[in-house]
Amino acid sequence: MFTELLKIELYKIFKRPRTFIAFGAIAVIILLVQFALKVNGKDFVQFYTDSQADTFDIPYEKILNGYFVCVAVLHMILIHVPLLVALIAGDMISGEANLGTLRLLAGKPVTRTQLIMAKFWASTVYVILLLACMALFALLGSILIFGTEDLVVFKETDMHIMKSGDVIWRFFAAFIFAALALTTIAAMALMFSVFSENSLGPIVATVCVVIVFTIVQQLRVPVFEETINPWSFTTHMLGWKGFFYVDKNVEGATVSGSVENPMALVRSGLILLGYIVLFLAISIRGFNKKDILS
Amino acid sequence: MKQRFFLLLSACLITVLAPAQTAKELLQKVKTKYDQVNDYTATGKMKTNVIFIKAPVASIKVYYKKPDKLKIKNESGVSFIPKGSANVNINNVLGLSNFEAVESGTEKIAGITCKVIKIFPLSDEENITRATLYIDEARLLMIKSVISTRENGTYELLMTYKKYAEWGLPDNVELSFNTREYKLPKGVTIDYDNGTGKTPARDAKNQKGKVEIAYASYEINKGVSDTVFN
Amino acid sequence: MNQVIQVKDLSKHFGDLKAVSNLSFTVGEGQVYGFLGQNGAGKSTTIRMLMTLIEPTEGEIEIFGMNLRKHRKEILRQTGAIIEKPDLYKYLTARENLRIFSRLSGVKSTDKQIMDQLALVGLAERAGSKVKTYSQGMKQRLGLACALIHNPGLIILDEPSNGLDPQGIADMRQLLIHLSRDLGKTLVVSSHLLSEMEMVADNMLIIHKGEKVVEGKVSELLDPEKTVVELITPDIAVAICILKDSSWQHALKEPVKGTIRLECNRNEIPTLNKLLVEKGIPVQSLRPLNSLEDYFLSLTKV
Repeated sequence: MFTELLKIELYKIFKRPRTFIAFGAIAVIILLVQFALKVNGKDFVQFYTDSQADTFDIPYEKILNGYFVCVAVLHMILIHVPLLVALIAGDMISGEANLGTLRLLAGKPVTRTQLIMAKFWASTVYVILLLACMALFALLGSILIFGTEDLVVFKETDMHIMKSGDVIWRFFAAFIFAALALTTIAAMALMFSVFSENSLGPIVATVCVVIVFTIVQQLRVPVFEETINPWSFTTHMLGWKGFFYVDKNVEGATVSGSVENPMALVRSGLILLGYIVLFLAISIRGFNKKDILS
Repeated sequence: MKQRFFLLLSACLITVLAPAQTAKELLQKVKTKYDQVNDYTATGKMKTNVIFIKAPVASIKVYYKKPDKLKIKNESGVSFIPKGSANVNINNVLGLSNFEAVESGTEKIAGITCKVIKIFPLSDEENITRATLYIDEARLLMIKSVISTRENGTYELLMTYKKYAEWGLPDNVELSFNTREYKLPKGVTIDYDNGTGKTPARDAKNQKGKVEIAYASYEINKGVSDTVFN
Repeated sequence: MNQVIQVKDLSKHFGDLKAVSNLSFTVGEGQVYGFLGQNGAGKSTTIRMLMTLIEPTEGEIEIFGMNLRKHRKEILRQTGAIIEKPDLYKYLTARENLRIFSRLSGVKSTDKQIMDQLALVGLAERAGSKVKTYSQGMKQRLGLACALIHNPGLIILDEPSNGLDPQGIADMRQLLIHLSRDLGKTLVVSSHLLSEMEMVADNMLIIHKGEKVVEGKVSELLDPEKTVVELITPDIAVAICILKDSSWQHALKEPVKGTIRLECNRNEIPTLNKLLVEKGIPVQSLRPLNSLEDYFLSLTKV
C-alpha cells in the first residue's frame, strides 16, 4: 500500500504545472550564469585572483573551465533552491487542506503515518530529480560549453586545485550531499505544512528559518559560533562544498582523492539526518493528533 | 720613502682591486659555461608550497631561449606559476651589462663550499636591484641566488645539479618568494565550516611561498619556437 | 437485523465548546439513516468522527461489529463518504480523480469500471475534463462516484443533493433508493432537504446543539394514528394538571420548549380542543405536527 501511496503522491506532484516551473527556473538560471561567464568569465576569475596577480601568472582561460563554472553555478543556485523545495514540500499537507482533499485522504484505509511518509518520500524524489536536472544543466552543460580542466575552488583564505581526473567523483558526492541537505529542507517544510491550513505559511516559514540561520551563521559572532552554528542545519547544508576542499601532504602537494576534513562531512551528514528524523517525528506525531476540520 | 709609499699603495690596490676582478672573472667563467645552452625544452614536476594554495604536483614544461626568454607551462592542468620563475634563467643576472660585483667570502650551501658574490646593477632601468650569488667555483655552477627585483619582490633560488651539470642545467630548483595575503570577503565565498573548527590564524605580513621544480629531462639546443613564450 | 453502526456516548469537545455530547445511535444494515440537524448542530463533527478525521473525546464507535479505533483500515475499506462539499483534485480529470481514490481505497479499478461509475452519476461524457471546469452539481456527482468506486457496504453522505438542480435531486433520490433497496448498501445521509429525507430515510436521528433530540423510524414518527399534537397555551401548568386528571393522561408526552405535546389520533383533536375550552384553558394554538419539517422545527427551534 505504501508503494501505491508513493506513486499517487508523485503522480499528483508531477501533474501540477507549478512543479515544472521549478525545473524550468533552474534551467534558465543555469543557462544565464553560463552565458554570463562565457561572456565575462575572466572578470569573474579576476575578482577572486586580483590580489595575487602581481605574484603569480594567473591562467584565466584554464581556470574558467566546465568544472569551475559548475561549482560557481551550484554556489549561486543552492542558496535559492530551498525555496523551490519548500514550494512543493510546504504544500504537501496544507495544500490538501486548502483544496479540501485532506479529509478525503485521511478518511481512506491508510494510516496517517503512511500518508506522511509517502509525502516525505515523494518530496525526496522531487529533490533528487531537481538535483538531477541541475547536474544535467550545470555539470554536463558547463563541460560541453567550457570543456574540462583542473578545478580551482576559491575559499575565503585559500584556493584548492584538483586535477581534472579527481573531480567527477566529487561532483557525485556533492550532489548526494546536496540531496541530503535539501531533503532536510523538505522535511522541515512538510512539518510546517502539517500545522497549517494554507500553503503560503509553511513556505514562508521554511524560507524565513533558512534565511535567519544563514544570516546568524554569516555574522561570525562568537556567541553564535559557539552555541548555534555547530548545530544549525544551515551550517551543515553547505557540506557539499567540503568535497571540493582537498587535503595536502606535509610537502604542500594535494593528495588526489582526498577531502580536507572527512570527519566534518560525516558529522554534518549525521546532523542533517538527525534533523530529518526530528522533523519527520514531529510531523507524524502532529498529523496523527490533528483533528481534520478542513 | 716614496718607494715604500708606492709599494704600500700597490699592495692596497692589489688587495682591493684584485678580488673584484676575480669576482667578475668568476662570473664570466660561469656565464661562458651557461652560454653553451642556446635553448632548451625541459620536462619536470613542479610542487607548489604556498600557504594559501593547495595544488597537486604539476607536470610542467620549461622552455628557454637565450638570452632572456624563459617560460614555465603546465600544459595538462592549472598551476599558479610565480612571476619570479623567470629568474630561474641565470642569464637574467649573468647577462647584466653594467654592474658591480663584490666578493663576500664563502658559505657552505647544501654541503658545497660556495663563493659569495654580491651584484649591484648600476643602471636604474634594470628590474634587478641587487643579487647575491653562491657559486661553486670548482664546477662553475650557481648553487644559490637571492635576487631582489623592482617589480616582483625578492626571490631565492636553490639549485641542485646532477645529470646536466656540465651544461649548467639544474636537476632541481627551489624557488622561494614573498607572497601577499590572500583573503576574500566572507559573504562571497560562504565557505563550508561545520561549526567545530576555526580557521587557524595566519601571519599575514610574513608569508613566503615556495615552488620546487624537479627536472626529468632536457632537450638542449634543439630549437624552440618564439610562439611558446607568448 | 445486523447493526452496521453502533455509537455509544460519543462526545467531542473543542476546548469549552461541546460540539457533540453523549450521542448514541445505531444504524441497521441496508437502512437509509437520516441525520438531521441545524447548521452547527454537530452532524459534520459526528460524521468526521465516524470517518476517523476527528478523535472523539469520549465514547465508542463500532462499525461492521468492529471497534473503529482498533480496526480502522478494515472498516474504511468498506466505507465510502462525502463530507461536506466534495473537494477533489481540481487539476486532475474526473477519470484521474476516480483512479486515485479507488487505489487509495485498496482497489485497482479498471478503466471500464471507472467509466461505468462515471456513467452511473451522469459524468461519462466529461470524464476527461479537469474538475476545475465542473459546476458544483457535477462536483457533487463526482464526489459520489468517488465514494462508491470501491463498492463499499456503508456509505456516509453529507448533503448529497447540494448544488443539484431539481432533476439532479430526483436522480440522487432514486440512486439512494437503488443503493439501499436493490444493492443492500447501508446509507447514512445528512441533509437539509427534509422533504427528500422523508421520501428516502428509514430511520432518522435529529441532533441539536450536539445532543440527540429524537431517534426512530420515520414512519412511526410521522404516523397519522400517532400524530404528535402541539398545544400552545399561556397556562401550561394548569393545562397539564387538567390533562393529567383526564382520559388524556396517557397521551401526554414531555413538554418541549414551553409547548405541551400529546400523541393521539388526528381525529381526536377536536375532542381535545373542546375539553380545554370547557375547562377554561386559553388555547393559542393546537395543531398536528405531521410533516418532518414541522417535526424537525418543533424540536430544534430556539
